[in-house]
Amino acid sequence: MSRALLIWRKFLNVVMLTLTGVAAFLVVSVLFLILGYFIWNGGSSLNLDFFLKLPRPEGEVGGGVANAIVGSLKLLLLAAIIGLPIGLLAGVYLAEFGGKTFSFLVRYTTDLLNGVPSIVIGMFAYSLAVVPVKHYSALAGGAALGLMVIPITVRATEEFLRAIPDSLREGAMAIGASKWRTIATVVIPAASGGIITGMLLALARVAGETAPLIFTALGNQYWSPGWNQPISALPLIVYNYAISPYDDWHRQAWAAGLVLLTLVLLANLGCRVVINRKGVRSV
Amino acid sequence: MSTATTPIEHAAPPGSRLRALLHRLRGGDEVAHLVTLTFAALILLITSLLVFELWMRSSPTRSKFGFGFFGSSVWDPIGGDFGAVPFIYGTLITSILALLIAVPLGLAAAIFLAELAPRKMSDTIAFLIDLLAAVPSVIYGLLGIFIVVPMMRTMIGPALKRTLGFLPIFKGPNYGVGFLTASIVLTIMVVPFIISVSREVLLTVPRDQREAALGLGATRWEATWKVVVPWARTGIMGSIFLALARALGETMAVTMVIGNDPRVRQSLFAPGYTIAAVIANEFNEATSDLHRSALLELGLILFLITFILNGMARLLIVATGRGGGHS
Repeated sequence: MSRALLIWRKFLNVVMLTLTGVAAFLVVSVLFLILGYFIWNGGSSLNLDFFLKLPRPEGEVGGGVANAIVGSLKLLLLAAIIGLPIGLLAGVYLAEFGGKTFSFLVRYTTDLLNGVPSIVIGMFAYSLAVVPVKHYSALAGGAALGLMVIPITVRATEEFLRAIPDSLREGAMAIGASKWRTIATVVIPAASGGIITGMLLALARVAGETAPLIFTALGNQYWSPGWNQPISALPLIVYNYAISPYDDWHRQAWAAGLVLLTLVLLANLGCRVVINRKGVRSV
Repeated sequence: MSTATTPIEHAAPPGSRLRALLHRLRGGDEVAHLVTLTFAALILLITSLLVFELWMRSSPTRSKFGFGFFGSSVWDPIGGDFGAVPFIYGTLITSILALLIAVPLGLAAAIFLAELAPRKMSDTIAFLIDLLAAVPSVIYGLLGIFIVVPMMRTMIGPALKRTLGFLPIFKGPNYGVGFLTASIVLTIMVVPFIISVSREVLLTVPRDQREAALGLGATRWEATWKVVVPWARTGIMGSIFLALARALGETMAVTMVIGNDPRVRQSLFAPGYTIAAVIANEFNEATSDLHRSALLELGLILFLITFILNGMARLLIVATGRGGGHS
């Protein structure tokens, strides 16, 4: 009897441990399946026209997404201008000046802001930047993305500043630098590599966001001059083309998806390699 | 601050210039402190403003329907009658179903990475899984439309009907789009979060816990399942809450495959709707202020749910990190 039990336990051991391995393998293979599928489907649609031309009217074959690529870049620039300074300075506060209760509150709120569904961020940006001026604009889209950049930047800045040894601060102060001078000329430069990486990671994350753009940036078939008009973006193209009934747009949705996926994954790959080497866990 | 200025007091010449200099320097610190404090406070302000805006702008529906909003399953933008039930139902069903698949899968993978795999391999796989978490949701939506929906129509759906078709949840026509399809896409999206956090938590379990169990004659699996996992269970719960919050708020991928039909239906094959999806689809084309206000109230509900879940998740993960996970 006990012998049978022993065999059963050993059997269970092998089966369950194998299953955990299978689960890990399954999940990782999804990444390669996704990549492979996008390269297979989107790769053939990537040509010079795709990068240089405007979209053709509905149902017509050909054209490109040049305006969406430029649009994504413009939106990211706005997001960086709006979100990075707030994130950086708030992060500096948490790491260098913060007290106990208030810092806890800020940290907690930052985490919660990070978890707000992106569609809700979109509604918020809509009521802040679209309702008052009564039209969609690149600015509104940039503001929505900027809001999402803040929490990631805060956490990255704080973590990397904390990783700087106190001896560096003490050294600077010992030769007569004031606190803010120490922070500005010694601590932040020492942590700058990590902080910049964190910022890039934040931008890479919002680069793929669609939901906050639907009712802020809206999308645009043409070039969007200036900052005050509706603007196209790569994720919007992927979404709109995917749900359209035209085969040629489906083809371009795969291609736009491939470009987006490649950019986001490359940015993440680079940033995470740097972060791992520095041995600091962010996110 | 006093440590910063002390050396200068010794070095600088005496007199009023020194006092002015000290004042300026001290002022510089104060200014830097205030500026950074302002930006930190700005985060609190933005978050409160977010709640305030959603609350104020959803006042038309709140005053018209009150709590009836949560009890009605009518969604009639033209007639001006709104109820949240179909959306809350769809959001909960898809998210819970996704977790039912994602939790065992993710936990198993996390156990493999934390307990079995060599450290180097574990780190590499965890790295790849972090990349998977970074894939934009619209990409998952695209895969959902062109891969999962056809698979659902031709393979998964018919197979489920053949084997479990007697269950009410698998009755009715199978369109390819619907609750189950959305759940499958959500599963793929939240698994990386569960694995990533659970692995971290499992790695914090002290070695002697494992060794004690193995020393008592437990098999590797028994040591893991009966000792290590219970020790880490608070943190694992945290990772599940985090995944749930993410699934509830997920917009694009779900919108693309859920079928967009605001009705409460038993069949998992039936098309449905979620809170995030209806906002994404209807907010731009809202026909009236009341319609827009109803969508904003749905947004507020979604915000509050994810707010609470995220808060709880953080507390649980922090609690395990401090080593008090087994109580």
